[in-house]
Amino acid sequence: MAVGSVATRSRSARRSWTQSAIGSWVTTTDHKKIGVMYIYTAFFFFLFAGVLALLIRTQLATANNTFLSPEAYDQVFTMHATIMIFLFMMPIWTGFGNYLIPLMIGARDMAFPRLNALGYWLFLVGGIILSLSFVFNSAPNAGWFSYAPLTEATPTCLTQAIGTAQQAAQAAASAAAAGGQGCFSPGANPDFWIVGLNILGIASLTGAINFVVTILRMRAPGMTINRMPLFTWMTMVTSFLLIFALPSLTVATFLLLFDRHLGTHFYQASAGGDPLLWQHLFWSFGHPEVYILILPAFGMISEILPVFSGKPIFGYTFVAWSGVAIGFLSFTVWAHHMFAVGLPPLAQAFFASSTTLIAIPTAVKIFNWVATVYGGKVRFTASMLFGLGFVSMFLIGGLNGVALAVVPFDYQVTDTYFVVSHIHYVLFGGSVMALMAGIYFWFPKMSGRMLNERLGQLQFWLFMIGLNAAFFPMHILGLLGMPRRQYTYPTGFGWEGLNLLSTIGAFTIALGVLVFLINFFWTMTKQRTMPGDPWHAFTLEWATSSPPPPENFVTVPVVRSRRPNYDLTHPDAPDWKMEH
Amino acid sequence: MPLKPTWRRRAALALPLLFALLLAGCGDTSITDITHTPNMLDPKGPIALKESDLFWIILIIATAVFVIVVSVLIYSIIRYRARPDSPEPTQTHGNTRIEIAWTIAPSVVLAVVLVATITTMFQIQQPQSPNTITVNAVGHQWWWEFQYPDQHFVTADEMWVPTNTVVHINLVSNNVIHSFWVPQLTGKTDVIPGHDNQMWLQADSQGWFRGECAEFCGTQHAHMDFLVHAVSSSDYQTWVSQQQQLAAQPTDSVAQAGAKFFTTSACIGCHAINGVTTTDASRLIGPNLTHFGSRQWIAGGVVDNTPTNLAAWIRDPQTVKDGADMPAFPQLTDDQINELVAYLESLK
Ligand code: HEC
Ligand SMILES: [Cu+2]
Repeated sequence: MAVGSVATRSRSARRSWTQSAIGSWVTTTDHKKIGVMYIYTAFFFFLFAGVLALLIRTQLATANNTFLSPEAYDQVFTMHATIMIFLFMMPIWTGFGNYLIPLMIGARDMAFPRLNALGYWLFLVGGIILSLSFVFNSAPNAGWFSYAPLTEATPTCLTQAIGTAQQAAQAAASAAAAGGQGCFSPGANPDFWIVGLNILGIASLTGAINFVVTILRMRAPGMTINRMPLFTWMTMVTSFLLIFALPSLTVATFLLLFDRHLGTHFYQASAGGDPLLWQHLFWSFGHPEVYILILPAFGMISEILPVFSGKPIFGYTFVAWSGVAIGFLSFTVWAHHMFAVGLPPLAQAFFASSTTLIAIPTAVKIFNWVATVYGGKVRFTASMLFGLGFVSMFLIGGLNGVALAVVPFDYQVTDTYFVVSHIHYVLFGGSVMALMAGIYFWFPKMSGRMLNERLGQLQFWLFMIGLNAAFFPMHILGLLGMPRRQYTYPTGFGWEGLNLLSTIGAFTIALGVLVFLINFFWTMTKQRTMPGDPWHAFTLEWATSSPPPPENFVTVPVVRSRRPNYDLTHPDAPDWKMEH
Repeated sequence: MPLKPTWRRRAALALPLLFALLLAGCGDTSITDITHTPNMLDPKGPIALKESDLFWIILIIATAVFVIVVSVLIYSIIRYRARPDSPEPTQTHGNTRIEIAWTIAPSVVLAVVLVATITTMFQIQQPQSPNTITVNAVGHQWWWEFQYPDQHFVTADEMWVPTNTVVHINLVSNNVIHSFWVPQLTGKTDVIPGHDNQMWLQADSQGWFRGECAEFCGTQHAHMDFLVHAVSSSDYQTWVSQQQQLAAQPTDSVAQAGAKFFTTSACIGCHAINGVTTTDASRLIGPNLTHFGSRQWIAGGVVDNTPTNLAAWIRDPQTVKDGADMPAFPQLTDDQINELVAYLESLK
């Protein structure tokens, strides 16, 4: 919209723009609309990064394949992880938090609605900047943790490098010949990464602060901290992690930016800097980040398993506080990503211990989830299937994670496909499965329509089979000595069959995603026919219509237990009469 | 916590799937007729043995935990699945005693794992054997230089060691971070600019062992492999004295022409040949070629060292190893390339 024309417009014309289909989304500060925009945008990036994953798996389907050049492969694997983490997983949790938290705690909106909108638009800008890097053939290509000094350049070599790729290569070569004054990434690839990530960082920070204030200040009467839904708990812990972890990433990336453009030498050993500084800074962000990606999943599962088991979460207090414990401990384990860098043995022993320690609250959660199902009345909805899939797959991710804390064994498997297997059991078997459980569970709430259950079950089985076919062989590939981040591999080490299997698994997952998309678009063409609460759910968001009205509740509800909607639907035996 | 080999074999048999897949990994590689594998579960040295022992322990514990938890889960969903006549479930909110119990149980298991971890970690810090040699492993983009400081020679992508001898390795990089890894002998240690990392390894039996760079280090990270050849100490001595010699004088005329051409071409800007080139070798960015003909591989294991492969490499390294720091020489004629190949292959 041209600025000049706005002034000449009549008041009513402007109002009609904000009320038009597009305008009402662009100008909205409503937490539900912002939440939905987050979810759609993030899901788009999920598809984008999923396509990148398929490119990776196509390249690795056979030995010595030449489908992708090494330069292309490096961009693809870097962007696959970068997008999945920063443009899909983090924002989609923000999206669900946005939509659900105010409803769950009985608030009319987030504490800072306009900041909330700002967060979304910054996220979009960050996403666009990162995606544009492909257009300039300069997508980040040093891995999602972009270790310095591979990402390094100097102002001099950058000026030389402006121009053709040929000149860039020459600049790099001449710098290498001149004694390695760090010009390993003369292209703009790391700059896209740094700028994109920092904009996304600001977006995440606004979201995190908003969640903390909303959760601490906006709860309905009677919604004490101790009665909050566990998804709310986990979002709060996640938000604190973001607030304390992101600064590390900001510092790390800004120092890199200074090295590259201002001629400082923070990470350049030949000039007195230290490459390990990057790793310490990055992983002090990077490890809490892993929990930022999984804690909201824990929260969702703790909402969904109880509903479809027909009984409350087993050990609410344990589940909530183990989340808090994980949050604190996540700041003490970063160097378990660095066991091979040559830390003193005592330091390694410390990080092995803290990592082992963090496994305890995680184990407790798994036991609590199983106990929630035990003795219940289990309904196998698509949502529940994904929830159960989450528990068993995340368990594998936890167990092979413990294996990685076994330092001498880690010396062998770090930087191999074993680690790739671990992160995918955690992030796909864990986070994505929980997310799908959440989508099937809350889709009726958000749209007033029910996703097709049969297609949901089909998708579940495609996901379960696909993910195990894709990621289980990677354990063995790691043990057979296949390093990660190789654009190709030779024959003769037993890697071919396993890689092919993994590729087949990846395409099976893609088929599952296709089934989901069909389900989604098909459902969206149908009428809204949904009752307010199709699941006999427990929490407050189900005590209002689906989708909820603009201010969420006609009257602000009064909460008397952890399961306010259960109380409403069971007037003869509400929780608050049974609890003491 | 060393386990007897028979015990490990039994563990492997108990897991037929894994075992079958591991067998699949014991084949030969196609790029050399040398049998070698990066399979870490087929250890050939004391460190790798301890590390793989730990793996089998963890595997057993993890499998047990997985089977127990998933069995309870599957039992619960079958036993308690909703049927038309199933009663409303009891609304239990938890049980503090049980929860404390299942906080303690994993703590105990994990404590055991942690003790095994830390004891093994300290055990493999210190080498046992009194015989030692020292090698500097220098990581380049994308090949390995091996310097034998006490014997005063350097070679590339191939490191020979005597068996039952502790090999102290100084890890050096003046570019990006690499990681030195020989799965059958030892886990990784990163090669970091400005950090003089050290490690050791020892081979208990003779053979070729595959080494790989394990830290992503740029375009050709995939082709930064090397070989460790463990031999008897007399074979080792023979190899050392051969490597210490200056480059052999070529005898046939084609190779002689190649030698002449090499010393007047661009090659000497990046490669040293001891006794032939005069540039300060430490300033050159390419591998030392003094005994190139004795090596198994070309350029970080991207292809076998055969005359045909070498000709292709010299004609255009970028088609063989896209991104490598050696330019193509389109002006070279076929004859010149043949001469260079004959010369370089004669450098045993
Ligand atoms: C600009 C520097 C440069 C020039 C000039 C150069 N090379 Fe190279 N050469 C390299 C580098 C760097 C490598 C290692 C590449 C790799 O493994 O990634 C290499 C590798 C090799 C190898 C394989 C060595 C090994 O141990 O595997 C041979 C053989 C070789 N070059 C021959 C030649 C010949 C012959 C010429 C002249 C026609 C030449 N090079 C010119 C930089 C150069
Ligand atoms: Cu490397």
